[in-house]
Amino acid sequence: MAGTQKGFSGKDVSEVTVEAIRRGDITLDDVRIHPKTLAHQADVAKANGNPQLAANFLRAAELTSLSDEMVLGYYDALRPGRSTAQDLLEIAGTLESHGAVRNAELFRQAADVYARRGLTAK
Amino acid sequence: MTTKEPIGRFRFMNEQRVNLDGFATPAPELGLVAFNGPNDPAPSLVITSGRITEMDGRNESDFDSIDAFIAYHGIDLEVALEAMAIESLDFARRLVDPNFSRLDIVRLASGMTPAKLAEVLSLLNAAELVIAMTKMRARRTPSNQAHVTNRSDDPLLLAADAATAAAFGFRELETTVPVAADAPSNAVAVSIGAAVGSPGVLVQCSVEEAAELALGMRGLVSYAETVSLYGTEQIFIDGDDTPWSKAFLTSAYASRGIKMRVTSGGGSEALMGGAEQCSMFYLEARCVSLARAIGSQGVQNGGIDSAAVAGAVPGGVRSLMAENVMVMLRNLEACTGNDALMSESDVRRTSRTHPIFIGGSDFINSGFGSIQRYDNMFGPSQWNSEDIDDFLAMQRDWGVDGGLRTADEEEVARLRRRATDAVTAVYSWLGLGDFNQTWADEAVDAAGSKDITAGDLMLPLTAARTIIDTNVTMLDVITALAENGFDLEAQRCLDMLKARVAGDYLQTSAIFDENMNVLSLVTDPNIYSGPGTGYQPTPERQHQIDTIRQQRSVADLLSEQQSFVTKNISVTGTAEISYDPRDVVIGVSPATGKDIWVTLSGLSVADAIGELMAGLEEEGCVGRIVRINDTLDLGMIGLTAARLSGSGVSVGLQAKGTALIHRRDLAPLANLELYSVAPTITRELYRMMGINAGRHAKGATPEPVRNPYSDEAIEARYHTKVVSLVAIERTCVNSQGPQTLAIT
Repeated sequence: MAGTQKGFSGKDVSEVTVEAIRRGDITLDDVRIHPKTLAHQADVAKANGNPQLAANFLRAAELTSLSDEMVLGYYDALRPGRSTAQDLLEIAGTLESHGAVRNAELFRQAADVYARRGLTAK
Repeated sequence: MTTKEPIGRFRFMNEQRVNLDGFATPAPELGLVAFNGPNDPAPSLVITSGRITEMDGRNESDFDSIDAFIAYHGIDLEVALEAMAIESLDFARRLVDPNFSRLDIVRLASGMTPAKLAEVLSLLNAAELVIAMTKMRARRTPSNQAHVTNRSDDPLLLAADAATAAAFGFRELETTVPVAADAPSNAVAVSIGAAVGSPGVLVQCSVEEAAELALGMRGLVSYAETVSLYGTEQIFIDGDDTPWSKAFLTSAYASRGIKMRVTSGGGSEALMGGAEQCSMFYLEARCVSLARAIGSQGVQNGGIDSAAVAGAVPGGVRSLMAENVMVMLRNLEACTGNDALMSESDVRRTSRTHPIFIGGSDFINSGFGSIQRYDNMFGPSQWNSEDIDDFLAMQRDWGVDGGLRTADEEEVARLRRRATDAVTAVYSWLGLGDFNQTWADEAVDAAGSKDITAGDLMLPLTAARTIIDTNVTMLDVITALAENGFDLEAQRCLDMLKARVAGDYLQTSAIFDENMNVLSLVTDPNIYSGPGTGYQPTPERQHQIDTIRQQRSVADLLSEQQSFVTKNISVTGTAEISYDPRDVVIGVSPATGKDIWVTLSGLSVADAIGELMAGLEEEGCVGRIVRINDTLDLGMIGLTAARLSGSGVSVGLQAKGTALIHRRDLAPLANLELYSVAPTITRELYRMMGINAGRHAKGATPEPVRNPYSDEAIEARYHTKVVSLVAIERTCVNSQGPQTLAIT
């Protein structure tokens, strides 16, 4: 991606140096990808014949603002037998309220298919 | 039924290693069939109001979760009808036809159902799969991945072996653990070792899905691969995931800027007892379609852990390669198996890999066991550390880039030392553990963990717990490296973190070259359209491929010969014809006593001549050493010597060791006795030839000497040397007459 690159924190990546790390001036958020960068990568993926990869990057862009714990927790909620359809729909609502509309859609779809295929919590 | 011992030919065949492998009678009801299972559906696709309502013979109300995810996300509806209408044979032919571009093929393939792709690819034979792989892989430049693990999760050995693997050219390193809780320590050690070995080497630590993601979030690994997909819903669920959870996981990795690919592979469903009477290949087509649907940039497949299951059925090995090509058809990164060892037979395992090696893939091995078999915690790989030189020789033989390069011994020793020093410093700085010097010295020198006696088996576990408890991230590792003088490695680790910010390595088939350039579908697309197109190694890379450490030049051989000069061989005069009936001339070749001093058997030329002389003496004859300067042909040397010989009998000896007995009345190319296989001729045999020459001189008919028999590849071992030695002999040929020599 041309031009300056910013980490999730907004810090310009050129400011991330070994020296700055030594000084303790750098956090993991400074070396995390920015949602706008993922949106750009989605455009690149689409232009290179892979709309599904693009869709993944757009879902990912939505997840950048969620904490590691939330992301790991939502992943667990989607594993088989962990959630009722209602649980999944509630998460979809929470995601939507965070602006994560694509992920919300994924959870709604899961609620529907899991209920039909017996993959919900018993 | 009585059992009887088979006849010898079959007893012998039964003992061969290939017969340790299991071969299955196809059992379609168990999924033990490569292609065309009884439940494999015919391809079909019905789109109603912009929605897929039937796919591969199944109505949407009957879609299982895999069908549903593929139908919702995985098929490009804009090209689907066009693509599904193409005859499978027609489409199969396009895969090998340079007139059809890769771009157009991947465009159409994105509208095909799993059953359609399975049908298309089952039509390609082995040679066609090689062409299709050459043409269809996403990245132009091939590459390779290594396993770096050991039995004790020894951080020093992990780092040394990671640096070594990077030195040999591997661009991805995969580690895993025998003890699950050790994982964070392994991730740190391998990341440090990789950074010592080369810039831009990607590192993963294969553990449980959530744990692996957590390591990635801390920056301790730079990609993930062990995200498993299965072709039937039941087995998918048994794997504790669904297509939706895997899709979310895929996005989770991307959200942290971490490269990932999924893993599948024919035979896994049969192995887990849930193939639903489908063929391995059709089930794999579902996995590959799902991989694309969930937005993974790539797939590791080709059997993987179940490669031996596919290998047990007819056509199974071909189906493994077809799986890889299918990934490429879906426009995804192909990490092409050749991973878990699928045969005890060196012939079979080479045969299984070779077409892929020639065709070229994003990663030829999805885990070349760069370490000892016993240290491979994934289980022994299809290729292991004992095969690295074989692989390099194969690259050179075929002019093929398999991703590896020769590494210099001194450089690897230096890297291993630096890797252990770096890990020692980082672990100490971060309070993860202390290593002693003996342990470090052993790790530098070790061929494997069995060579290490000074290790502390509890250290990795303690280190791993401390990493978790004190929340060590890659930023801390970088600080520790920099604080201890490992500035280069600190910068390389930081560059891998910064790559996450740019995200370019999230694109399909991305690796870094050694200048941290991303090579991917986007930046290094494979555009193959027949001979002279597609990937061509740069001259520099070709030189790496061609130059293996074992190669020797004529100049190397000349200086090696000079190191064997122990005795003085000097000219004493012009050789005259003798009339003494006891006189037997030993005619030697032009380079004798000049440039060639040792025979191919390792015996010095002087000693060989000495034995001939002693043998003649035993028979009461007198040997005379004469150099024949005007020919290097052994027959002519022998005949010329015989014509000088008072007895009319001679011994001819080329300096490389080939020897014969000649007589003056014979034709030049005839002889009485011949040692043709110089490398096998011992001191005793030269003595025996001297004795026999003496007996011939006395008119007797001795029992002829015989070449010792060897079933070794003598020619492979020595023919290159022979070419050089003959070239040296030729430079010594001159028009001078025969000269008598003395050895002192």
